[in-house]
Amino acid sequence: MTTSPNAPVVFTRDQLDWLPWVEPVAEEALTPRQVEALVDAARAKSPYFRLLARDPDALEHRTRTDKDIFYNTDAGAPRADRELAAAAVSRFNGCIYCASVHARFAATYAKREADVDRLLVEGVGADLGEHWNAVVAAAVALTSIPMTFGPEHVARLRAVGMDDLAIADVIQSAAFFNWANRLMLSLGEPAAKG
Amino acid sequence: MTTSETDVIDALVGIAPGSPLDAVRARRPAARTHAQASYRALLTPAEPGDFTIAERFAVAAYVAGLHREAATAAHYAAGLAVHGGAALAATVEQAVAETRAEGPKGRYPAGPLSVEDTEPPAFALSTPVAAALGPKLAAALAHAHYLVFHPRDAAPERFQPLYAAGWTADTIVSLSQLVSFLAFQIRVVAGLAVLRAAG
Repeated sequence: MTTSPNAPVVFTRDQLDWLPWVEPVAEEALTPRQVEALVDAARAKSPYFRLLARDPDALEHRTRTDKDIFYNTDAGAPRADRELAAAAVSRFNGCIYCASVHARFAATYAKREADVDRLLVEGVGADLGEHWNAVVAAAVALTSIPMTFGPEHVARLRAVGMDDLAIADVIQSAAFFNWANRLMLSLGEPAAKG
Repeated sequence: MTTSETDVIDALVGIAPGSPLDAVRARRPAARTHAQASYRALLTPAEPGDFTIAERFAVAAYVAGLHREAATAAHYAAGLAVHGGAALAATVEQAVAETRAEGPKGRYPAGPLSVEDTEPPAFALSTPVAAALGPKLAAALAHAHYLVFHPRDAAPERFQPLYAAGWTADTIVSLSQLVSFLAFQIRVVAGLAVLRAAG
């Protein structure tokens, strides 16, 4: 499956590299439209974003969707819960790279490193306490095909105090990582930092 | 972009202006706008290049059919009939029936996670369906099937059949974005529909 001798074989919160399998646009060859589509100019250093820049419109709208779902702090779910949903989806789909990034974010925002590590090691059945268990269960139910997300998941999220904006944030965070996981998994592979 | 453009997620969930979920979506305005703009960029781009609108709707109808979410599947099947014709829509519907599976599945890099490995679902089209699709679309559906059901079976060799069938680095990125975006959009619709029904 993997081609890199440094490919991680476990889920981790460590910083990983990502190596493309399809040639990215060279940094010096990026067109003005491609640079604009990166949204953050610093992403010109990232082979992942320079690869996605081959379809600049798709990249730009992906990025702006992503940022609002995760970084819009106007009420709704706390950032930690959104990152937890992202990490749980990544753990369930099997994206070691995505899981590493969002496990770090979830652990940082929640200050719950041990619980996040339990998710990474044990998987989506890990007992993280009812609030996080409800978030993980919802994320997993939305990720399975066929989907099993139902009124019982909404009731469980409401029971831990989430309003509909917060529940919509969990839904969108979990849904977004079904997008992100498939790009990161299929277009390249993770590698331990050399 | 027109102001009268229908928001596909709102339409498929049944979110009416002024309803509670309309207000919820309005609190994440960029996510709403750019999810719709992603749809436009991937399904009906002004310059589709070597990935035609008919091919985009064929892939979308296939992916939506695999997810078994009725409203979204019907939307893309209707779009394919418009952009690719009724015969292609019938062929894609048949391809869905022949390759439906469950996910996520697949294998991890050899090591401690190998105990979690599961058998990836097979992808096999009947001869008439493969012939009706032609090699370029058949290769795209094979790739989409793996992305939908067992993306952790990723490998660089998986691009070889796409290149052999005429896909390029640029169109492979667009194809990957299309399938992956649909994995998002279908789940937002499914999730918000449950939230809407919960009242």
